[in-house]
Amino acid sequence: MTKANIREQEAYSAFLEDFRPKRPTLRNIVVAFLTGGLICTAGQGVLSCILSRGMPEKQAYVLTSSIMVFAGAFLTGLGVYDKLGSFAGMGAALPITGFANSVVSPAMEYKHEGFVLGVGARMFQVAGPVIVYATLTATIVSIIKLYVF
Amino acid sequence: MSIEEEYSGRRAGGDFVAYVKAFLVGGLLCAIAQAAMDLTKANPAIIMVSAVSAGAVLSGLGLYAPLVEIAGAGATIPLPGFGHTLVTGMLEDAAQWGPFGILTGGFKAVSAGLLSAVLFGYLMAVLFNPKG
Amino acid sequence: MEFHRRGTSTCVFKEMPVVVSAAAVVGPREGKGPLGDLFDMVYSNTLFGESSWEKAESKMLRQAVDLALAKAKLDETQVDFLIAGDLLNQIISSAYMAREYDIPFLGIYGACATISEGMGLGSMLIAGRFARQVVVASSSHHDAAERQFRYPTEFGHQRPPTGQWTATAAGAVVLGAKGKGPRVEAVTIGRVQDLGVVEPNDMGSAMAPGFADTVWRHLQDMGRKPEDYDLVVSGDLGRVGSLIGRQLLRDKGIVIDEIHQDAGVMLYDPSPEVGSGGSGCGCVASVFSGKLWKELYNKQYERILVVATGALHSPTSCQQGESIPCVAHAVSIVSEE
Repeated sequence: MTKANIREQEAYSAFLEDFRPKRPTLRNIVVAFLTGGLICTAGQGVLSCILSRGMPEKQAYVLTSSIMVFAGAFLTGLGVYDKLGSFAGMGAALPITGFANSVVSPAMEYKHEGFVLGVGARMFQVAGPVIVYATLTATIVSIIKLYVF
Repeated sequence: MSIEEEYSGRRAGGDFVAYVKAFLVGGLLCAIAQAAMDLTKANPAIIMVSAVSAGAVLSGLGLYAPLVEIAGAGATIPLPGFGHTLVTGMLEDAAQWGPFGILTGGFKAVSAGLLSAVLFGYLMAVLFNPKG
Repeated sequence: MEFHRRGTSTCVFKEMPVVVSAAAVVGPREGKGPLGDLFDMVYSNTLFGESSWEKAESKMLRQAVDLALAKAKLDETQVDFLIAGDLLNQIISSAYMAREYDIPFLGIYGACATISEGMGLGSMLIAGRFARQVVVASSSHHDAAERQFRYPTEFGHQRPPTGQWTATAAGAVVLGAKGKGPRVEAVTIGRVQDLGVVEPNDMGSAMAPGFADTVWRHLQDMGRKPEDYDLVVSGDLGRVGSLIGRQLLRDKGIVIDEIHQDAGVMLYDPSPEVGSGGSGCGCVASVFSGKLWKELYNKQYERILVVATGALHSPTSCQQGESIPCVAHAVSIVSEE
């Protein structure tokens, strides 16, 4: 009998509480705020630059996203973005540059498994779920918006 | 002061305020996501999925568009902006073509983001190797 | 027939197998750590001139075996068994290493406990007179393990402070029926323990009960106290798991605080990236081969207990929310009389 029963598991889990180091939550939040803020400010810079060249607002937003995706992808290729991510957590992961990082990192990593089943299949390992749930939620939201309200 | 100078001066001042707003709103969204991750101990993929879905829901509630109005890139660059763009695209097409628009509008709106991700993702995978 | 068992789970060797030689090969981060100077070979990058992390790991393991054989002045024909294991699926690093040698191969998996499992089995083979010399080796590679167990290496994410850093390291030991060097006195094979920890980023908590159980059983079986040992080395509970393991033993009336060290803590300088400490098959293997074996050889200790602990989960079991089964094996080693 070495697989503990539920009561023993709960007792052990309670016992562990005293030993688990707490995550540095405050530090993490502050760093995420600053990093995420800076990335968005950079995005704003790109946006202003495009707008000042007379591009319509809607297209300018789209182009800004593309440029930020490129930046995130490039920094991942250079091996910089994973360090930023481990430093800033969601501050680096939540902006669209982090989305690009989640696409490029598995694509590079699985190159040795070939360009079809490696790069192609694994590219959306992390980003795939994001797209799936974004699409599902957006569809449901739109249907509700159109037919319920 | 010529009209031109006055215009560029206002633009510069306006830009500064826009930067501050983008910084604050973008930072705040990231801070909320970080807090959610640290408090729930969920993995980053779950937080990213939740954030993008939350963006879609907020958009449906009519709360995200004002945020974009205020913060510009500060609201569109973080992932919830992706959910918002999807919903906006679906509703725009639906307004024009009826319910069928839900099928056509969403990916049309996020096409640039997705295409860039695939394109640049593939390019970087060809060009670079992971450094560990 | 006379059996060499004592108590519930300990094998005691009347004619003690000798740890003839040991060699450790590590990656750059381990080389910069506190034990950096002790390793036989330190690579300056993590690819070691190979095209993939997996090939690099296999090369590192082969390098460790070569060095250990060279130190023992043996060639492969004089070795009767090669026992090895690693972290990758189907222990491929070990298999690719073993195909380079003309030695009968036994592949084993015990996660971080692989090296003590192998030393236990090797000692039994020698004591049972089925072998004259046995090579035992194990390895882990941070990047190869990372992409198998967690995320791609370039994916930016934060590690919680309970997380452990898989070591890029390999260790190999040569056990012999005779020769000069420290001797394996007894081996306690542990039972799998599972107290319901599901979080793979908190392996120290999951492994601590296995560690405590094996240490307790070993002391019971041998009729000894912790004071009979100069050092108890766990591998790899990390900082967090070490505290838990000590407390669990204290609850059983055994105090090892003074003599306990953890290989995962010894291998690295503290940093947020490393988190609680090192882990992986190569961690305790390289610490034993690089540091402890030399110190035993130089008679700095009379008797030490190496308790390697393994978390026996897979990426699939973790994703399905299963808890982590853990095992620990203790090897008691005495320096030469």
